[in-house]
Amino acid sequence: MAQLVLPKESKVTKGKSIDAAAGAKRRRRFVIYRWDPDSGENPRTDTYDIDLDKCGPMVLDAIIYIKNEIDATLTFRRSCREGICGSCAMNIDGTNTLACTIATESIKGDVTIYPLPHMEVCKDLVPDLSHFYAQYASIKPWMQTQTPPPPDKERLQSKDERVKLDGLYECILCACCSTSCPSYWWNSDRYLGPAILLQAYRWIIDSRDEATGERLDDLEDPFRLYRCHTIMNCARTCPKGLNPGQAIAEIKKLMVSRSI
Amino acid sequence: MSSRPLSPHLQIYRPQLTSILSITHRATGIFLSAGVLVITYWLVSIAAGENAHAAARECLGSLPGQLLLAAWSFSFYFHLCNGIRHLFWDVGMGFELKTVYASGYAVVVASVAMTALTWGCVLAQGGT
Repeated sequence: MAQLVLPKESKVTKGKSIDAAAGAKRRRRFVIYRWDPDSGENPRTDTYDIDLDKCGPMVLDAIIYIKNEIDATLTFRRSCREGICGSCAMNIDGTNTLACTIATESIKGDVTIYPLPHMEVCKDLVPDLSHFYAQYASIKPWMQTQTPPPPDKERLQSKDERVKLDGLYECILCACCSTSCPSYWWNSDRYLGPAILLQAYRWIIDSRDEATGERLDDLEDPFRLYRCHTIMNCARTCPKGLNPGQAIAEIKKLMVSRSI
Repeated sequence: MSSRPLSPHLQIYRPQLTSILSITHRATGIFLSAGVLVITYWLVSIAAGENAHAAARECLGSLPGQLLLAAWSFSFYFHLCNGIRHLFWDVGMGFELKTVYASGYAVVVASVAMTALTWGCVLAQGGT
């Protein structure tokens, strides 16, 4: 059931302000969500004024600078810094994206940073993704076959069969789309969400996979698949430019076409 | 109950055409369901005779009544146009983000224009 307001212990208060931009030519204010599991206090937003000439161009560079030079307690995930690992997914300037691929200069005014929306927070910008990963495991994201492989070669695909995986295989499971989806906010206990459904479709249309029927059976459910109401926040926010909404529509079409 | 906080969602997510039109579609749908009761009332009033119908005309012809009717007509046109947009999606068409935005703006413009046209005609004929 949709709970539109935050629970009392999740309400965000105003935290501390640190001005570390004395004499800066390019001053920028970062407003960052903080929550310390050991403090017993509510989450807060801390404000850091920094000199953009002292750090790299991306938002990730800026928060690494804050962690290294100003406040070592700031906690976030990051790894590849080139948009392929999905670790630094967070809500920046009101939309979910990867901190490493969004330039600070592309944001007007203060840079507000929150963890991915409507998730349990482990600490600061680190959300708990266990449920998301469990949902991913539930769609059996591997190739399933009954027939034995050809003795002398791999299972091959034609070019046309391979093209069907374009726009799907690029998904890095950063969870930006799922946590931008209001339907996933209200029903993530049972609705799989855009990222996982895109992944499900990736295996459904793989010509080498032989479990298409079972995969569709597993999704034939009022919640798992059909909580998608084509809101399209998912495609709007995907940092890789993919379109989970379209993949979900294709699954729905397959559901219809196999029943007639 | 977990002691971990829930990260902010509606409070901080930037409003954008995709989600705004979606929630408007739902809201107009709910509002139209209420409008069905009013249409039923109006139809029953015709069957119930001259006095009842005159009362219904007076009620719907009052300023609040007219404003509500205007809201219902907009809701009707919006829900209709956006419903057609959904039908295209249901057959797998119009999913490119550019197309999603173009069709979204088209729905807004079309429903406002049709509402204006309808009420232009109504007012030109001197009200209900």
